[in-house]
Amino acid sequence: MAAELLVLVKHDCEVCDQVLPVLDAAAVAGAPLRILSQSSPEDTAAQARRVGLRSVPDTDVDLEVSARFDPDAVPTVVLLDGGEERGRVEGLHRARLAELAGRAGAELALDGLPELRPGCASRTRDPDVAATLAARRARAEGRLRARALELGALEDPFEALHDRGLTDGLPGVPPTPERVVGMLEYTGRDPQDVVGAVPPYGGDATVEKVAINAVMAGCPGEALPIVLAAVEAACVESFAWHGLIATTYPAGPTVVVSGPLAAETGMNAEGNALGQGNRANVTIGRTLQLVGRNVGGGRPGVEDRATHGQMGKLGSCFAERLDETAPWPGLAQDRGVPADETGVTLMATEGPRVIVDQLAREPEGLCASLALALESVAHPKQRLAFDALLVVGPEHGRVFREAGWDRARVQERLFELTTSPAGELARGAGGSPEGIEPRFVSDPDMPVAKFAGPDRILLAHAGGDAGLFSMVYGSWAAGEIGSAPVTVSVEPWR
Amino acid sequence: MTALETLEILDPTAEVDPEGRPLAGRPPDLRTIALVDIRKPRGDVFLDELERLLRERGHEVQRTAKPTFTKPAPADVRKEIATRCDAVIEALAD
Repeated sequence: MAAELLVLVKHDCEVCDQVLPVLDAAAVAGAPLRILSQSSPEDTAAQARRVGLRSVPDTDVDLEVSARFDPDAVPTVVLLDGGEERGRVEGLHRARLAELAGRAGAELALDGLPELRPGCASRTRDPDVAATLAARRARAEGRLRARALELGALEDPFEALHDRGLTDGLPGVPPTPERVVGMLEYTGRDPQDVVGAVPPYGGDATVEKVAINAVMAGCPGEALPIVLAAVEAACVESFAWHGLIATTYPAGPTVVVSGPLAAETGMNAEGNALGQGNRANVTIGRTLQLVGRNVGGGRPGVEDRATHGQMGKLGSCFAERLDETAPWPGLAQDRGVPADETGVTLMATEGPRVIVDQLAREPEGLCASLALALESVAHPKQRLAFDALLVVGPEHGRVFREAGWDRARVQERLFELTTSPAGELARGAGGSPEGIEPRFVSDPDMPVAKFAGPDRILLAHAGGDAGLFSMVYGSWAAGEIGSAPVTVSVEPWR
Repeated sequence: MTALETLEILDPTAEVDPEGRPLAGRPPDLRTIALVDIRKPRGDVFLDELERLLRERGHEVQRTAKPTFTKPAPADVRKEIATRCDAVIEALAD
């Protein structure tokens, strides 16, 4: 096959305007030369009239040829031999153009043109076009494998997501291939790596599927590794996500992020950390719930049998405050994640509630206050069946920090103080039929622990500078009989 | 790039529909019936009454239980029921 020249141009480029008449004349004279425009047929025809071409260049439909040669600038002249590229000139460079054309046996009348002029950015470099091409490439290379859903021209994409049962009641960002490919840039993992099998139906959460749901949730890309770690943790068998989705109890996964990545992602560990307003906090938790709904298939009122539910089931996530105000190292680090890494701790919880103590200034009294409130998790008569996640606020944390009480000491003291006499916990005591079966109560004065161990009171530190408050999340049925908290490092997902 | 008339989005689901299963054939003989306690409070009260009614009618009853109501029944429990019994009644309680 003989050598030929392929020329890529666009309509809104002065350098193309200058070069096109020369190329057009050479083509008319029989040079082996093919001109393709990156612009629309209408714009290309208008340009041909404007600069006086005898034939209107063809259009590079969907930029397929441009994407293949991927030039930075146009005009680009590529020398092809048997379909293989043998050389190219991007922009106007008279000497090099003449040399390249000569190798194809063509002569270009370049006299009168500037010696050197950089071209204009190729259309493939426009951000919107580049994203589309990246998505197309990802599809061709098998990195994107999700089924494509076509939304009609008259369909509102936001309404369509609701109509197809793919959202949680809030609008979702339409997960276009461009957005999903952009999201996948934030992890080094292969999009087809499986993060876990999501209950109740055991759907495979690939990195790609998690990224699609992250886009829908409005998640910032920087937070994707945290989301992936949270999905990994949720799929660990001891977390019992299947039961958590199906239960009548008002519980869902709460994500606690501990470590430097929290701040780098823009997460909030300070004022209103457990509330609204921070994009990463809100959307990390939301993505995890959307993965449960979409990949796992757990739908409220169908597989999810919650009696009441609670707003944290839209998503529940906060970062731990680990600055100089922190009374102890992070929760994830306490549970085995290396000190310089970021960890995610997942716990099946109900919504949080406040514990007010504005008077305690020493740790013993503060523990007594916190313990009183912890007794009420689930029900004061419920014993050993529920864990607690206690989020100590900075003004309470200061009391422990200044007294030098580490996490283990606070846990031990809270465990000791959350005991009650068996007689007060028996069925019928206080007029309430709930409680311990009388046959288990041999001595009414025998102390009965609230929690199954000191380590079943998880301690985190978060919140704003002002307010003598802590927050407590009661767990779902805990430990062996239910869900155990799971901590994983974010590192493998970066 | 030509103007798109439609918008392409990627399917956020696992792209598997839960398998639809027809009802099992009615067993010709209901001699042995499994009663499964999922371990919710007072599930035993309900199952005790069912057992009494079934025995009155001449059925044999096998009582079995899940280790915890929070998790799916282990494969061994399901297999034992399938092997030994003609039908199963599960008390969901609450």
